[in-house]
Amino acid sequence: MNPLLRAETISYAYTPGQPVLHDVSLAVPPRSTVYLLGHNGCGKTTLLEILSGVRPPGSGSVAINGVDISRFPANKRAQRLGLVPQIHTPVFAYTVREVVLMGRTPHLRFLGTPGRRDYEIVDAAIEQVGLAALRDRSYTELSGGERQLTLIARGLAQQTDVLLLDEPTAHLDPANQHHVLETVCALAEQNVAFVISSHNPNSALLYASQVVVMKSGRIVADGPPEHVLTEPVLSAAYEMPIDVIYAGRTARAILPRRTNGNGHQAEPLDPFGPPEAALTSERERRAAS
Amino acid sequence: MIRTLNRRLPGIWATAERRQSALFWLILLLPVPLAIYTIGLGRYAIPTEDVVRALVDYATVGENTSTQPDLAYNIVTRIRLPRIVAAMLIGANLAVTGTAFQGIFRNPLVDSNILGVTSGAGFGAALALLLLRSSFEVQMLAFVFGLVAVMLSYFTSRLYHTAPLLVLTLVGILVGSFFASLTSLLKYVADPLDTLPAITYWLMGGLTDVTRGDIPMLAAISFGGMIFLWGVRWRLNVLSMGDNEALALGLNPTRLKLMIIVCSTLMTAMAVSVGGVIGWVGLVIPHAARTLVGPDHQRLVPSTMALGAVFLLLIDTMSRTLLPAEVPLGVFTGVVGVPLLLVILRVNKTGWR
Repeated sequence: MNPLLRAETISYAYTPGQPVLHDVSLAVPPRSTVYLLGHNGCGKTTLLEILSGVRPPGSGSVAINGVDISRFPANKRAQRLGLVPQIHTPVFAYTVREVVLMGRTPHLRFLGTPGRRDYEIVDAAIEQVGLAALRDRSYTELSGGERQLTLIARGLAQQTDVLLLDEPTAHLDPANQHHVLETVCALAEQNVAFVISSHNPNSALLYASQVVVMKSGRIVADGPPEHVLTEPVLSAAYEMPIDVIYAGRTARAILPRRTNGNGHQAEPLDPFGPPEAALTSERERRAAS
Repeated sequence: MIRTLNRRLPGIWATAERRQSALFWLILLLPVPLAIYTIGLGRYAIPTEDVVRALVDYATVGENTSTQPDLAYNIVTRIRLPRIVAAMLIGANLAVTGTAFQGIFRNPLVDSNILGVTSGAGFGAALALLLLRSSFEVQMLAFVFGLVAVMLSYFTSRLYHTAPLLVLTLVGILVGSFFASLTSLLKYVADPLDTLPAITYWLMGGLTDVTRGDIPMLAAISFGGMIFLWGVRWRLNVLSMGDNEALALGLNPTRLKLMIIVCSTLMTAMAVSVGGVIGWVGLVIPHAARTLVGPDHQRLVPSTMALGAVFLLLIDTMSRTLLPAEVPLGVFTGVVGVPLLLVILRVNKTGWR
């Protein structure tokens, strides 16, 4: 299958001589949810900005449906590629609907304002993320999770082929994380591809169709989750011991391996060990009290 | 107060959205009737129906057709109409440029005054008054130095990488003070019998000397600028979310912001060159309008134009009717504007607080 979005040998440096991305190449097929994992400062956000066209790459190119995005005017590019930023507090207290409405900007004519159809699309997007009840509430009064959902609704209202989400679940409780990512997966089946940067390998395990692992500006692994989310890859990428817990042949959880204060590995709890120890201590505690 | 109203009034006040919509149309309808009413006020009071007749005559025939003496007609058309039109245009100008600056700099604490535009333009105009004394040069120098001031504020503040909201405000105040000092220097060297009083009174702001001849240029620049800012009203929403988001949503923020800055500076400089330095309008009115119609620039831009016009019209009417001698306009905008702003900031729900 031809990739929808393709990045070829992208390099980027904020200050000359200190590149944050080295020869990054990446392909996003249609109907996929691509997870971008990596340590803090590994270049995930920069890569997302370059993929979205907000930041021109130092070298290399990004193409959507085979066309280099630097050849599109800004609004045509924004009709194909959307960037959902990390949540922040805007200066003015716009309502949820007004924030989502901004997603219609690339579809408006020069000096145009949104019309009835734009409002319909916006209300549908708000409905999709489950915020209909908060539509006329001020964005600044919302919780972190609700703000993130608002920004995702804005991305949906933008009606792009690819949506790039920068840490979309960072501020969400488990229920909201699940809600957002299930919504994302459902939308991916309706022909929107997602690229999601995240610090949560477990959610990649659950929701990703493809996982890209970065380390210090380079891609160190790229492939289906069952191939990429393994102990050697993750331990190397995060430079710490990481356990992948399997249930049968399926990986179910990814956990950091605890080390105690002396730097020694903590004693693993043996579920088949003698139960007397626990009972004894319980009995002793009762006797003491 | 708004909450009590909500409980008591059904229908139109039921939701914030409907209330804001109703207030929006009310605000837009306010300026013209108010202007007609205030033309009648003054040392020589004229009943409203005579004012209307004089205005209709002036617009259609160009001479007085009523049985009333020519005095009323002349006062209305030659003295009060130009002054009131100037007050409204300047008020609308300053208010809407305040809104535009607050939107693009993502900072509700700035206006053309705090960004140094007014002081820069004031310095330019004072320089022109000192050296050249033709109204075209006053306008040109006001514009050039206004632009220099705002660019200086913006680019200097970008050098500091902390707290952009605060730094821009601080640098703007510094740049403003810098130009105010330069203006003081001009006053020091000015002829104390002739140029000095002219510069001093003019700096305090006032519309006493406005004549019909000042109106065409003022109206052209004001309407041109207001049409442009009205045209970009939707984009102001997007720009206020920051450059990266504006880019991601398909705008070119750098170019658009530059166009808005140049336009707003031209409008401010025009206002300053006709009415002198008039503070507070650009800060108070956008906040007041936001409280009434919400932060969406689609409504905010037209509302600030109308409210700015009304505000300066009322201030100017006060300054020419309240006391036997005329009080400079800039004095009243501060005396009324500052307490008003304090109240609004207390009532308002804002994102940045």
